[in-house]
This record gives sequence, C-alpha cells and structure tokens, in this order.
Amino acid sequence: MTTVDVAAGQAVAGRQAQFRSCPFTGLRVDLAAQKLIIANAVAAVIFLAVGGLFGLLVALTRWPAVHLLPAELFYLVLTGHGANVLLFWIIFFEIAVLYFASAVLLNSRLATPKLGWLAFILMVVGAVMANVAVLQGDSTVMFTSYPPMKAAPHFYLGLILFAVGALVGVGIFFATLVIAKEERTYEGSIPLVTFGALTAAIIAVYTIASGAIILIPTFLWSVGLIGTIDPLMYKVVWWGMGHASQQINVSAHVALWYAIAALTVGAQPLSEKVSRTAFFLYILFLQLASAHHLLVEPGISSEWKIFNTSYAMYLAVLGSMIHGLTVPGSIEAAQRRNGFTKGAFEWLRKAPWGNPAFAGMFLSLVMFGFIGGISGVVLGTEQINLLMHNTLYVPGHFHGTVVAGTTLAFMAATYLVLPLIFQREVAFPRLAKIQPYLFGIGAAGISLFMMGAGTLGIPRRHWDMTLADASMPYEFSAAAFLMMGLNGVFAVLAALGGIIYIVVVVASALGGKKVDASRPAWQFPVTSAAGANVAKYGSHGTVKLPGTIILVGVFFVAFMLYYYVNWKYLSAVWPLR
Amino acid sequence: MAVTPPAQRNWWKEPIERVELIWTVLAFLWGIAMFATMILWHVVGKQNLANEAYRISPDVFMTRTEAFAKKYKVREEGKTGVPVVRPPAGADVYMLGRLWEWWPVLELEKGQSYRLHLSSVDWQHGFSLQPINVNIQVHPGYEHILTITPDQSGQYGIVCNEFCGIGHHQMTGKIHVVERKPQ
Repeated sequence: MTTVDVAAGQAVAGRQAQFRSCPFTGLRVDLAAQKLIIANAVAAVIFLAVGGLFGLLVALTRWPAVHLLPAELFYLVLTGHGANVLLFWIIFFEIAVLYFASAVLLNSRLATPKLGWLAFILMVVGAVMANVAVLQGDSTVMFTSYPPMKAAPHFYLGLILFAVGALVGVGIFFATLVIAKEERTYEGSIPLVTFGALTAAIIAVYTIASGAIILIPTFLWSVGLIGTIDPLMYKVVWWGMGHASQQINVSAHVALWYAIAALTVGAQPLSEKVSRTAFFLYILFLQLASAHHLLVEPGISSEWKIFNTSYAMYLAVLGSMIHGLTVPGSIEAAQRRNGFTKGAFEWLRKAPWGNPAFAGMFLSLVMFGFIGGISGVVLGTEQINLLMHNTLYVPGHFHGTVVAGTTLAFMAATYLVLPLIFQREVAFPRLAKIQPYLFGIGAAGISLFMMGAGTLGIPRRHWDMTLADASMPYEFSAAAFLMMGLNGVFAVLAALGGIIYIVVVVASALGGKKVDASRPAWQFPVTSAAGANVAKYGSHGTVKLPGTIILVGVFFVAFMLYYYVNWKYLSAVWPLR
Repeated sequence: MAVTPPAQRNWWKEPIERVELIWTVLAFLWGIAMFATMILWHVVGKQNLANEAYRISPDVFMTRTEAFAKKYKVREEGKTGVPVVRPPAGADVYMLGRLWEWWPVLELEKGQSYRLHLSSVDWQHGFSLQPINVNIQVHPGYEHILTITPDQSGQYGIVCNEFCGIGHHQMTGKIHVVERKPQ
C-alpha cells in the first residue's frame, strides 16, 4: 500500500528531470537547476555593475579634490548604490548559491523550477521597480529609508516584491532538501557547504519576515492608508532585516570558503562537528544584531543594548572565530597532505595563488576577519558606539564585511561556477588572475580609510565635508581630508577590479570556450597531488597546524589591542551619563 | 570534503581536534570578557549614554526650547541670528534638531554638569559633536535627556550625521565651553 502511494505521489509531484553528468565531480546536474543558477548569477552580476558604478560615483564625490556630483544627484546615487549592491547583487547570487548547494551538491533534482522562475521574475521586477523609483528622484531616502522621511510608494513595493521572490527561492531550497532526502540522492548527512547554505536560508526566512513586517506598513503609510510610523519602532524591526541580511551573507560566504577550499586544494573540515556547531551558533544568535544600530538611540535600556549587541555574550562572534580557525586550518591540513610540509608556512606560500578562486577566497577570509570582523565588534560595543555611530566608520566597517568579505568570496566562487555550471573556460585568464588582488586591495583600502575618516568625525552620507554652505562652519582636520582622498584612490582600484570581474564573467558566459571535458584546463581539486590521501577523514589524518595557530594568534592579539585602545579613546571624551 | 556528505555517518561522535577545542574555549572566554567590560564600564566608566527618555510631541519640545532660549539668551552667534544661550550650571538645557540646523547655540562652563534635552521637530538627525566625536541619534517624538560635563574649554561644532534631505550637509550647530567665572 505504502509503496503504491509513494509511487503515485512521485508520478504526480515528481517532474521528469533531465540531468547531465559533471565531468569533474561526477555529480548529476539537473538542467533546470543549472538554468536557474545561471539566470540568478547573471542578474546578480548586472546589479553589481549598476551598483558598483553608483559606488564609484559616490567615492569620487566624497574625494574632496574631485567632488564629482552635485548634492542632489549624490544622495540619489548613494541610495541606489546601497539597494543595488547590498540587496540585489548579493541576494540574487545567494539564490544561485542555494540552488547549487541543494540540487547540485545533493545530486538531486530541483523542486518546482517553474516557481523558481516565478521567484526570479518577482525579484527582477522588484529590483527594477526600486531602481526606477530611485532614479525618478522622489525616493532619495537612503537604503535605510528611515521615517518620517518618505519615499515614493513603488520604492517600498519594489523591495517587497523582491523580498517575496527571494522568499519563494528560499522555499524551493528547503523543498529540494526534502526531495533529495526522500529520493535518497545522497548518503548520510548533507555536506557542510549545504549545511552552511541551510543556515543562510533559515536566517533569510527571519530576515524577510522582519522586512515584510516593517515594509508593508511603511508602504501603506506612503500611500496614505496609515497615519504615522514610529521612527524608533521602524528601526528596531527594519534592522531585524537590515542587519540579519548581513548574517545571510556571512553564512553564505563562509559556506563558499569551505566549498572553494575543498575544490581548489582538496580541504576537508577539521571536524564536521565543530564547523557545523559554528554555523548553528549563527542561527541561534545572529538575529540579535538589530541592536547594533540602536546603541545611541533614546528610549532603549542599556541592559537590552548590551545583551543584544553582543549576541548574548558574543556567541555568534564565537561562531565566526571558530570558522576563522577551521577554514585556514582545513586548508593547511590539506596542503600538508599535498606535500607542502616545510616550516610553518610552506603550505600557504605554495598555495594556488594564481587561481583567482583560491586567491579571492583567502583574501576574503583574512580581510573579513581582520577588517570587517574586528571593527564590527568594536563598533557594536555599547559605549564605544558613541564614538562611531553614523560616522564614516560605519560604512568602513561594512565595506570590510560585505565588500572585502562577501563580495570578494562571491567573485572567487564565480571562477568555479563558470567552468562547473556555465561549462565555459574563464576568459582572459591573465586578467582574472589579478582581479581578486586588485579588488581586494581596493576594498581593504576603502574600508580602512573610511574607518579612519570616521574616527576623525566625518559623517556618513554627507555631500560636503568642508561644510561650506553651513551658516556655522566647522573645519574637519587635514588628516580627515587626506583619508577621503585615499578612499577615492582605493575606490578607483576596487572599481578597476570590479570592471575586470564583469568583463571576464560576461566574456566567459557569452563567448568563452566550451569546457572540453576530456582536456579541461581546470582540475578539482586544483592541487591534485592530494589524490587518494584526501579521501581519508579529517580528524585522524590531520597533522599539527602551526601556521594556522600563528595566524589566529596574530588575529587574537590584534583584536584585543584594538578593542581596548578604543576604550582608552572613549575614556578621553566628555563625561556623560 | 566540505562539498560532499561527511565520510563518516556518525560524524557527531568524531573526536574534536585539540587546537579547535583550545581556540573555541579561548574565543568563548574572550566573548565573556568583552561582555563583562561593557557592564563594568557602567560602574567605573564616565561615558555611559543615559537611558532617560520620554515621548514628547515636537510642538511641545519646540515650545520648551524656545522658552529656554529666551530666558537665558546672552547674545547672537555672529551674523546668523541664532541665540547663544548661557544657562546656569546644573540647569536643564535644550537643543533641537530641525531642517537644517541645531538650535540654539549653547554656552556652557567647563567642569559643570548640565542636563541636555535632545529631540528633533521633524525628521531624524544625528547629533555629532566635534572634534571629540560623540554621536547620538535624535528622533522626532522622543526626548533624550543626558547629563554632560564639558571638561575642556573651546568651541565645539555640531554636525548632522543622519541623512535628512537635500540640506543635510548644511546642518550644523555650536557649543561654546568657557572657563568658569570667578564667584
């Protein structure tokens, strides 16, 4: 009886999926999933191009010697920059990652590709609608759109449609996990990368729900159906979306670190248990981060601020610090198995730095930790936030996480997606080789110099740091002007890296050589000396990891010093209570 | 590998690498230390933002600020027409943010404490006191009351660091801190 039911159910619900076999990995790739992954990745890159251009215009305007755009256009472009890169580029790419981590890695068919296309269309329509609203000029409200400042209704509606589309995509990911399990397309537990993607998806549900809870009433307010939106309540809920969505990024890019490390050097987790627990900590605690944006707000108690801003005693930070050890640790272990055993760092020196996937991944790892991570904890300290709130330190911090961290990791992953999913050789391999370095150094520069300018008091989202038009002028220090000039220089570097990325992706996707399965230019893992050794399970096979221990030691010392130096700065300002 | 299911089905029972265990414990303890530092600063530190805040209508706040400015006005700031207000030490002082100015200008005595009432009468603004770089978010409808003690004399600029429309970069204000008058 049961057998019949299952069979009947499959006949009704199960679609006849068409698969191809991957010549590199032997995995079955559902062609419907492949098309959706390509569509979402392409959309992501298009919005990155638009948003990146806006970002360059912002940086050139804030470069005092250039001061490119007039004020009104500057604020408009800044609004568009935030929405296009922080939302559209990243979430389109994440949907592609979710489909990849479920259907492809689990050897399964994708659930309801038709709904997948509906989700895609909703997201495209929403993203275009929001862009139109911004470009029309009536919605220059910044990415955060704090009331009582009001945007045109279709700005909010565009974001809502985009979010609904993304939610459908997340639902398809969950459904694919269920199908893969039922149809037994894999043995045992889901891979670590899929587990990381699952973490991202769970946080995405929370995030999108927060977004709906606040954006739907705000939309109704913008068309006149609701009288007022409380500005403080708005921020509490909006940042439930705004910051939690960054935690989707963290989960997704950490999952990609593991994936790229596996595919390039044959890394395997030191222990599955530890890495998965670290992801699980994200699910439990990352949602509290809304508080990071409310530390100098009136009407919220210190107890609430301390508990939430620290993710309940820094338990989500703990998750990231664990990944900060296990990702380089797994690479070191793999490289030592590959034969690079001399000294503490031969494994790192002889890593495949010429492979843009590996180079981008490792730069992303280091910069996310040292720049984005440390500055985030310091910025998110209840009292220290007084010194930094809404200064350029804030965008400095999140360019360290979202640009140097997430975006660079996604770019790195693209160099694997091109041969594996697009089945194209990477075009202009020499340009591709330097791309992660150019973009990475640029991103590091803009992060650090904006942080520097922020500590000197320069406000974020501000057209004119000379304050020339103000009735009571105030002069910022010469050092601050220097910082903004350097920020401009490094933004140009990052933009060059971004342009190369887009040229390489477009050229590969449209005109790249078809991958020849019999003689592929790429091998997985790239450092193939590993061979049979890698098949062995991690914990027992791994050797000591002196290089990684030194790296995390340096990180830990830098973290402590920078943290307490900022307390010292704080102790020097006017007493207030 | 990370892209394939765990090689051992009972991965939960795998032993943990020693270096992972040590690092996890260390990171956990560091988290506790940072958590404790924030609490400790409320006891020993001198810079803790006040939790005192009230709901207030923008009209009422404006009326109070205007009454305060009228009562203690000593002169006008340059040619701006903005009153410079010098309240007695320990007094309640008011400052409002609006499109696009911080109003009025305050003149405070070094080493004295004042109860500063902050609010906005239109959109959100960012009270950013320079060059000491103290930054506080200001909401319409919420009155935030903090006790400040200027500890150095001089001129302090206030800029706005919450985007508030096309005049955002023109929004400034000022606080003069002067030596205490001999009694």
